[in-house]
Amino acid sequence: MARIEAEVGKPQGGFMKWIDDRFPFTSTMKYHATEYYASKNFNFWYVFGVLAMVVLVIQLVTGVFLTMNYKPAAAEAFASVEYIMRDVEWGWLIRYMHSTGASFFFIVVYLHMFRAMLYGSYKKPRELIWIIGMLIFFVLMAEGFAGYLLPWGQMSYWGAQVIISLFGAIPGIGEGLVEIIRGDYSISDITLNRFFALHVIVLPLSLIGLIFVHIVALHEVGSNNPDGIEIKQNKGADGVPVDGVAFHPYHTSKDLVAIIVFLMLFSAVVFFAPDMGGYFLEHANFEPANLTATPEHIAPVWYFTPFYAILRAVPDKLWGFILFGTAVLLPVFLPWLDRARVKSIRYRGWIYRSALSIFVVTFLSLGWLGTQPAEPIYVLAARIFSVLYFAFFLLMPYYTTVDKTKPVPERVVYHG
Amino acid sequence: MSEDDVDRIDRNRRHFLTVATAVTGAVGAGMVAVPFLSSLKPSARAQALGAPVEVPIGSMQPGEMVRVLWRGKLVFVLRRTEEMLERLGENLGQLRDPDSEVVEQQPPYSTNEYRSVKPEYLVVEGSCTHLGCAPLEDFEVRPNENWGGGFFCPCHGSKFDLAGRVFKGVPAPTNLRVPPHRFVRDDLILLGQDTGAA
Repeated sequence: MARIEAEVGKPQGGFMKWIDDRFPFTSTMKYHATEYYASKNFNFWYVFGVLAMVVLVIQLVTGVFLTMNYKPAAAEAFASVEYIMRDVEWGWLIRYMHSTGASFFFIVVYLHMFRAMLYGSYKKPRELIWIIGMLIFFVLMAEGFAGYLLPWGQMSYWGAQVIISLFGAIPGIGEGLVEIIRGDYSISDITLNRFFALHVIVLPLSLIGLIFVHIVALHEVGSNNPDGIEIKQNKGADGVPVDGVAFHPYHTSKDLVAIIVFLMLFSAVVFFAPDMGGYFLEHANFEPANLTATPEHIAPVWYFTPFYAILRAVPDKLWGFILFGTAVLLPVFLPWLDRARVKSIRYRGWIYRSALSIFVVTFLSLGWLGTQPAEPIYVLAARIFSVLYFAFFLLMPYYTTVDKTKPVPERVVYHG
Repeated sequence: MSEDDVDRIDRNRRHFLTVATAVTGAVGAGMVAVPFLSSLKPSARAQALGAPVEVPIGSMQPGEMVRVLWRGKLVFVLRRTEEMLERLGENLGQLRDPDSEVVEQQPPYSTNEYRSVKPEYLVVEGSCTHLGCAPLEDFEVRPNENWGGGFFCPCHGSKFDLAGRVFKGVPAPTNLRVPPHRFVRDDLILLGQDTGAA
């Protein structure tokens, strides 16, 4: 394949040379873009990393503009959000982009994580990339949770009440910890103020730092591919992997198509269904926080519901917290739980294929059950799916060992 | 640095200085952390806002309940009827802690069969001991459901009787908490302050 010499790859004089003598611009561009070689057989699943970056930018930009009109005080927060929606020019658009962006962030990140499970992207030598990715996921959960309190609606208040109370289940230090999180004896103006600080400073900064480290680690070992083959083991005379193509311009042009499709879907939601039938913006949150009455039906936003369903399935406060926490943490250990000799699902046997399929059904079912009222039939279903959730991870060392795998080809293939 | 100098490096001394610097730095960082972490605790104003609240109960009818906020927490004050008080002795076997043995959940003066200073007036925090939702009052007696009236938490289905005692088999671990309070007069409760005894 003829390679296109990209602009930044050319020897530079003049201004670029002046810059490069003082800052490693050209070499950095080469290392991370024009001479970063990723497999040429990337498919649909490989667009979500870039899409996550797009959503991050949307959230940062809309977030900055929201802070210019939002008031982080219990007496004013709800009204200031309504002010943004009604009185600030285009304020409704900026706010809906931010609230829709939160849900899309999780959609994209969940699909990005699923890609890693499909093709074994967390396996050696990419364990650290996966762990950093999980840290990004945890920070993102904290960011979503802190942000949800800010409109100071009914669901903001009572959702935060439930989640903060969770930490009270820790024996010994629980009560003190809850007081430190709230900064008060109940969720109050003080809590709102500090959640605002977390949401706009601490957590986004951590997020950006972790994403930077995630990408540095990725570019050190190189991207995985749908065949789970290490393309660096098969290099041409020029030292370039024969199955690799430069990230820029090849993969970036593919990503551009994905970004356009993504923005179409994103706009459709922003303009036609910003509350997504109560899933992206819960209806109870259109009422200001009322400290004397919990909404009849309380559920977190959809992206927390799989874990919430597990919490609710346990009829004990401490064990509920332990299983909830374990469910969130377990994926961190995937690189060591998975003992298969091949990475990609293409070369795995029927056992892992079945296990992963059941896991997908389990995760989606738990997600749906978490949005439903705590009626006995739903609680029973949540218990069954909780067992399946834990079984997927805890039995993995066994079933990935006995599963029959197929031989992995030398070179990447395009079907599969 | 010449070859001779390298030979004269006292490695023990260098190691000692490295460790001493690191330890001193760590102690300093730990000390600097104290004011920052302390600033996260409830402030003086937050503590002051926890001042006692007066609840006038003179006009309350038997069976009536009022909701008041104290320290931002919801508190239920229920004037129980004779019938309600009689039912408290039933179904003790279905309760997790019928005799209020978990001491943190009520002051000594409310550790009795009614969990109250005066049997008629129940004063409990309206915060489910599971995850803090506000329970709903459900005082209707439904014998076929084995329900003698009480509180029901809509979040995760915990149930409490008319003394705020938790039923078995629900996620809430303990009885509803009785906040410190005292009767200033027969028709006035002071919430958030007691004299240590009834």
